[in-house]
Amino acid sequence: MSVYLNKDSRVIFQGFTGQHATFHAEEAIKMGTNVVGGVTPGKGGTLHLGLPVFDTVEEAVLATGADVSGIFAPPPFAADAIMEAIDAGIKTIVVIADGIPVQDMVHVERYRLGTGAVIIGPNTPGIITPGVGKVGIMPSHIYSPGRIGIVSRSGTLNYEAVAQMSELGLGQSSSIGIGGDPVNGTDFTTVLKAFEEDPETDAVLMIGEIGGPQEVDAARWATKNMRKPLIGYVAGLSAPAGRRMGHAGAIISQESDTATAKIDTMEELGMYVVRNPADIGATVLRAIKMMSPKAVDQR
Amino acid sequence: MNIHEYQTKDLLKHYEVPVPQGRVVHSDEQAASVAEEIGGSRWVVKAQIHSGGRGKAGGVRIGSSVNEIRAIADEMIGSRLVTHQTGPEGRLVHRVLVEQASTIVREFYLGLVIDRATRRITMIASSEGGVEIEEVAQNTPERIIKEVIDPAVGLLDFQCRKVANKIGLKGALLPQAVKIMKGLYRCMRDSDAVMAEINPLAIIDNGQLLALDAKMSFDDNALYRRPAISELRDFDEEDPKEVEATAHGLNYIALDGDVGCIVNGAGLAMATMDAITLHGGRPANFLDVGGGATPKKVANAFHIVLQDPAVKTILINIFAGINRCDWIATGIIQAMRDQNIKLPIVVRLAGTNVEEGRAILNASKFPFIIANNLDDASAKAVAEVNNITRKVVSLRKEQA
Repeated sequence: MSVYLNKDSRVIFQGFTGQHATFHAEEAIKMGTNVVGGVTPGKGGTLHLGLPVFDTVEEAVLATGADVSGIFAPPPFAADAIMEAIDAGIKTIVVIADGIPVQDMVHVERYRLGTGAVIIGPNTPGIITPGVGKVGIMPSHIYSPGRIGIVSRSGTLNYEAVAQMSELGLGQSSSIGIGGDPVNGTDFTTVLKAFEEDPETDAVLMIGEIGGPQEVDAARWATKNMRKPLIGYVAGLSAPAGRRMGHAGAIISQESDTATAKIDTMEELGMYVVRNPADIGATVLRAIKMMSPKAVDQR
Repeated sequence: MNIHEYQTKDLLKHYEVPVPQGRVVHSDEQAASVAEEIGGSRWVVKAQIHSGGRGKAGGVRIGSSVNEIRAIADEMIGSRLVTHQTGPEGRLVHRVLVEQASTIVREFYLGLVIDRATRRITMIASSEGGVEIEEVAQNTPERIIKEVIDPAVGLLDFQCRKVANKIGLKGALLPQAVKIMKGLYRCMRDSDAVMAEINPLAIIDNGQLLALDAKMSFDDNALYRRPAISELRDFDEEDPKEVEATAHGLNYIALDGDVGCIVNGAGLAMATMDAITLHGGRPANFLDVGGGATPKKVANAFHIVLQDPAVKTILINIFAGINRCDWIATGIIQAMRDQNIKLPIVVRLAGTNVEEGRAILNASKFPFIIANNLDDASAKAVAEVNNITRKVVSLRKEQA
């Protein structure tokens, strides 16, 4: 089953015929993703990668029944593309673009209210469900099917965690990048909820970073509502205050934004925490071993 | 992107936010003539640097004669102002703002931020003005008033009245407050700001509200559609290495350690810094080469990192997804050759084309220190730095 992207998903790409979208759509198709077409305004009626191209998302949804869209539009046009997908009834919208103006995302989030659409990103590597498919830019060959859910802000740090897990024989149910922007579509808590309800996920790894209250909010939610083990890491222990560390959202504006403050709170709340980024895989393994075999069976 | 106080005040004037009469000047003579032009008997001279805490550092001074203003400006311009935000080296003051001094009756705080939790612009106001709002939030959180703004309708009059009422702006001050709040909001919206604040917003002795100090910062990702804001950028206020990095599509932030870092991805870059710190070392910088890094881009990264004289070793940590380890390796070799690098270089490569990348490094004549994973890489980099430090120490002992 897995979260947001499963074997029944019907995927389109917006900005389909562009160079990046083409490359990543091909990669997605190679690993078995059910890609049903794409949208590039002005190129409707043509074929790309052997799949139909449409002028509008509405038309694509009507013709293909698409319910997942990967948006590869560049940052200045991304907000419009996201709202077009919401309007057309797309349920899961993955936004790769890095550099969307934050006030655009404020408008997008307002537009999304009440529609039930899930926006993953922006500034995300995307979603991958190993063995089923991906909508994103991550290297699929490093992932393997398994029962650990991963949710992270960062892309490459997600790969690092996956590599450490693979060395210990741990695979993933799904891996979700929520993105490094200050205003994002889906927060940690929402993804944790999805993993908690997913029968194919046994434990969840949450990879956060400095800036904003999301990690701690999610940890608080999890203490009250999650039965599955939750492992947390927060990058940026050595980051100075007031400087944006690459990601638009990775900035320490107040004491609670620091990695130490977040990790300490997680530990107080009883989570498994990782203080050294080299120990991510080992900590996940330790959490899994602590689970009673019975608890695993019941799921 | 940050701008100077005088630039913020110029922007706010267009939105009918009242600010003190004044002008920015570059010399003591200009300061004196502006004071004369403004008239009155007291003026304030404010150093224009991108930093808070100027007042405590002596960057805001009052004078009561034109000669005094000339003398203050002369002292300030060309001096280095050290605040709690500038670091010990301080910032060179190129210009000062000369304004009519106001007699303050009461001070308030008014700010707008993009609140991550609500995903909306949120107005923050307080009856405690003229001090850092973070302190107020910590010590007397009940004096912080918040109002969330719906982007579909914008900031509404009644919301302003609610907030004004709660912080004690009543009677004749109420309509003034509403006008200032709405002006600040429109200015933020129209300029793609991510933060705008007036602190203090003061009632002065003539009973009027006045924005005595104001600060705004802007969304770098929106500058492409705000050319007038981009114009306000002051490169003197930025680290030249960071400016060069941006020009090359690299993300660089100078830190105060000695292990230079070249990494792909912001998260992994931070994690690499953390791993170095946990091994007892100190990162010299944050550097993200981004995705699809070409050999040239990698070589540029070396160039920037090596401009920091404190760097004793460089750690390259690449987990290639859309990057290619062979391109990265080619870039490393190019840098070693063209920049004649003698420092120890620790390299950890993983992901796409890792075998090709390692082969390129092995085939070269350079003595790279190859690491297998993040832990190994950071341990080796810190060991190299310690080694160099030991050698220097023993060399000094020999000489002594």
